[in-house]
Amino acid sequence: MNKIEDKFKELKKKGRKGFIPFITCGDPDLVTSKSLVFALEEAGADIIELGIPFSDPIADGPTIQASSKRALTNRVSLRKVIQFAKEIRKKSQIPLVLLSYFNPIYRLGIKNFIKESKDIVDGVIIPDLPPEEAKLLEGLEEDKLPLIFLLAPTSTEERIRLVSQFSQGFIYVVSISGVTGAREAVPYKIKNLILQIRNLTDKPVCLGFGISTPNQVKVVKDWVDGVIVGSALVNIIDKYAKDKKLMIKEAGKFVKNLREALSSP
Amino acid sequence: MVFNRKGYFGRYGGCFVPEILMPALKELEEAYFSLGKEKDFQEELDYYLKNYAGRPTPLYFASHLSQKLKGPKIYLKREDLLHTGAHKINNTLGQVLLAKKMGKKRIIAETGAGQHGVATATACALLGIKCAVYMGEEDVKRQSLNVLRMRTLKAEVIPVKNGSRTLKDAINEALRDWVTNIETTFYVLGSVVGPHPYPTMVRDFQSVIGKEVKRQIMEKEKRLPDYLIACVGGGSNSMGLFYPFYKEEKVNFIGVEAGGLGLNTKKHSATLASGERGVLHGALTYLLQDKDGQVRLTHSVAPGLDYSGVGPELSFYKETKRAKFTTVTDKEAISAFFLLSEVEGIIPALESAHAVAYLKKNCSQFKNNLVVLNLSGRGDKDMCIIERFLKEKNNE
Repeated sequence: MNKIEDKFKELKKKGRKGFIPFITCGDPDLVTSKSLVFALEEAGADIIELGIPFSDPIADGPTIQASSKRALTNRVSLRKVIQFAKEIRKKSQIPLVLLSYFNPIYRLGIKNFIKESKDIVDGVIIPDLPPEEAKLLEGLEEDKLPLIFLLAPTSTEERIRLVSQFSQGFIYVVSISGVTGAREAVPYKIKNLILQIRNLTDKPVCLGFGISTPNQVKVVKDWVDGVIVGSALVNIIDKYAKDKKLMIKEAGKFVKNLREALSSP
Repeated sequence: MVFNRKGYFGRYGGCFVPEILMPALKELEEAYFSLGKEKDFQEELDYYLKNYAGRPTPLYFASHLSQKLKGPKIYLKREDLLHTGAHKINNTLGQVLLAKKMGKKRIIAETGAGQHGVATATACALLGIKCAVYMGEEDVKRQSLNVLRMRTLKAEVIPVKNGSRTLKDAINEALRDWVTNIETTFYVLGSVVGPHPYPTMVRDFQSVIGKEVKRQIMEKEKRLPDYLIACVGGGSNSMGLFYPFYKEEKVNFIGVEAGGLGLNTKKHSATLASGERGVLHGALTYLLQDKDGQVRLTHSVAPGLDYSGVGPELSFYKETKRAKFTTVTDKEAISAFFLLSEVEGIIPALESAHAVAYLKKNCSQFKNNLVVLNLSGRGDKDMCIIERFLKEKNNE
């Protein structure tokens, strides 16, 4: 039984929804990222998504592209982030999800990656690895890696079935046709897709991409088991780059606000 | 659940893309393998290739070059004579026609040298469909003539300011656009790269090159060539030439990559000669990358070769040793550029000049061999680069 599944069971029992913030590890630097993780947990995050920077993030908008670039300037790598997660684990048992494009994982070697991240990382999101490809890869056959797959507004019923079958921990629903990035509008259209997914699986469903305001959270929270917020938080990290103490405080405040919106009746 | 391995060449290729693109790629695959194979479609494409683009292109016996290099008997496949100045139009006419049949309202494309951008803008002007082209800012600067051509053809040229500001980043940005406008938009990829079905589809559209060569060389020489030589960036002109000869085992394939300032400098684009396996832009293929799997920046004097990836089918050719891959430097390419211009009166694109340079450098190995070299494009677009090169040389 993995930690993410446990977490959603626990949340369900309490009648709560999950809040999953995303940060790019190493933006602004790994030491600050660590403080951020603890601050986010304290502010009410249920699961933390740790982004691995990549040179060619095709699913990301300008905010996370820039963040990724800053982390790469600090020479942050997948290996270093796994080490980073190990250090988090010494102090916190919060479920950790790694988000990495496929090439850094392929380069490290799938077997190495599984070996190194086992017992530390609870879920892995690979935005450019659909289930069809994942199942063809050597070393991935026996569900050794808790892969979280995505569904998008364009997904057909056939694909919903496929992803529902293979996604572990939860299903990541992309709220809009587009790249990551903070948006103001509420993605009303996605409700139908979520209902369709609900009809086909009991696995938890979390919504991400473009979620950034308490108002959006209040609308979507009844449809899903959790929300994922990335770019809006990364914007705060960038905004307060010069004052790290203030950055950590503001990031915590931001998460707390969204957490409250998520817990509101 | 049955997982097919369609879209793979050995272990290379595949469809490594965000979920949001998966249905669109399936739609494209189905459209290409049904509509694209219909007789009506083929006839319409043939009509445009012949009456509009200028096919078949000549297979020209380069007697002066052959004499000068004192070895091989060299034929040039004159893709440089095509409308818009390069082989790229073979593919864009095919894809834009397909987009029209699929009812798409908008075309996007990436471009490096600008040749694919111009060829896409041209096909869109011809077939009356809206067009936007992503181009790295660096390339916008060094290929300004092509930017002007695209804008004249009413295409929107969008400079890309990320990363190395070259082809790789233009593809990233085109993919992001596609993700955002997936319902209305058709992405015309310019090379045999990207997720399935692009490597197969682009290869098929470009295979007209090799098919013609096969017929023409039999007419002229009554036998098949010993060697086929082409430059390799993403790989579309080389695959177009090689593929129809794949089963002719006595025909050797040589792909020439951009050695830039030399393989020891990291300032090159020699993906197959010095890269390692990885996943970029939707395909498992050879890649120039660092030890952490970050894609490396590349360099070449020829913008069309300046790319960190390569077509997965070429990776397969490398692994199975069906083709040999080698490199020449910027300097060697420029020297060959002048050689071909002087002896044959043909100014080649700097990309194609890489293939000429390889032959020039290794001519003694090809004594008495029959060689076909793909002259994939003409050099008009490169005059600014050459002007700069000559100025720097005079200053030295």
